Amino acid sequence: MTTAIFSFYLFAFVLITSAVLVITSKNPVHSVLWLIVSFFNAGGLFILLGAEFLAMLLIIVYVGAVAVLFLFVVMMLDIDFDTLRKGFWKNLPLGLAVSGVILAEMVLAVGVWEPARVVAMGAQPGGPPAGMSNTQWIGAVLYTDYLLVFQAAGMVLLVALIGAIVLTHRTREGVRRQNIGAQIARTPGGSTRAVQPAIGGGVDLKGMDK
Amino acid sequence: MIGLSHYLTVSAVVFVLGVLGIFLNRKNVIIILMSIELILLAVNINFVAFASHLGQVHGQIFAMFVLTVAAGEAAIGLAILVIYFRNRGTIAVDDSTMLKG
Repeated sequence: MTTAIFSFYLFAFVLITSAVLVITSKNPVHSVLWLIVSFFNAGGLFILLGAEFLAMLLIIVYVGAVAVLFLFVVMMLDIDFDTLRKGFWKNLPLGLAVSGVILAEMVLAVGVWEPARVVAMGAQPGGPPAGMSNTQWIGAVLYTDYLLVFQAAGMVLLVALIGAIVLTHRTREGVRRQNIGAQIARTPGGSTRAVQPAIGGGVDLKGMDK
Repeated sequence: MIGLSHYLTVSAVVFVLGVLGIFLNRKNVIIILMSIELILLAVNINFVAFASHLGQVHGQIFAMFVLTVAAGEAAIGLAILVIYFRNRGTIAVDDSTMLKG
């Protein structure tokens, strides 16, 4: 039990610290790396909550895909990050005021809510049916009750995939690509030329590479 | 005793840090996208904490869908960022008046 309490405070502390570093780092590459740390610790919290499958999903999807995508974009674009940081200190008071109000409201709401304070985690009845792991439990509900929503989520991902390709695709100038149709349509008449050069006259190669 | 309120507090702090990140880095759209990821992470912690507290699985499943949408949103956001950079040569978004209709 004490190990669980210690783990909770460890994960929560590292999660919040790394979240602070995500938004305050000077270098966006460091921000992405701190984001990865915070996702790992959120995964730890999920495991403490008994949601192993989501914890693994969080690490695979976020650390494996989203964070690497962020890293790619940050490193690919040649950006002057110092000019982007202007206004950081100017916006700090307003940001602190707004976020302080939001935090105070949320913590007050949680603090006065009776069920959240008195019941320990996992003390409620429920949980996976006997002999079922968390992953099996999710699968049993996801592929039956939530089948249509699941397929809609797949559609969302497909649209995001196509959208990202459509947005970033461009036709470059001066890039030679294989044109199979043109290759097949070539005839000897269109691509060869019979010349009878004079002695020592040479051949004019202009237009020969067509 | 670790109760629901502990998890809700952690999630509230992470959410507020995400909001603060949007305020602090108003020019840098990459950090804004990361702040949105933090906010969605806080939402997910809330969902999973309630799912565990109530002994039900539906919160975890909804957290999965939030994860899906967050991944799609990151992909589209970064694609928009790339074409914005290609057109403007910078990613300072606080003066992106080019998009006005």
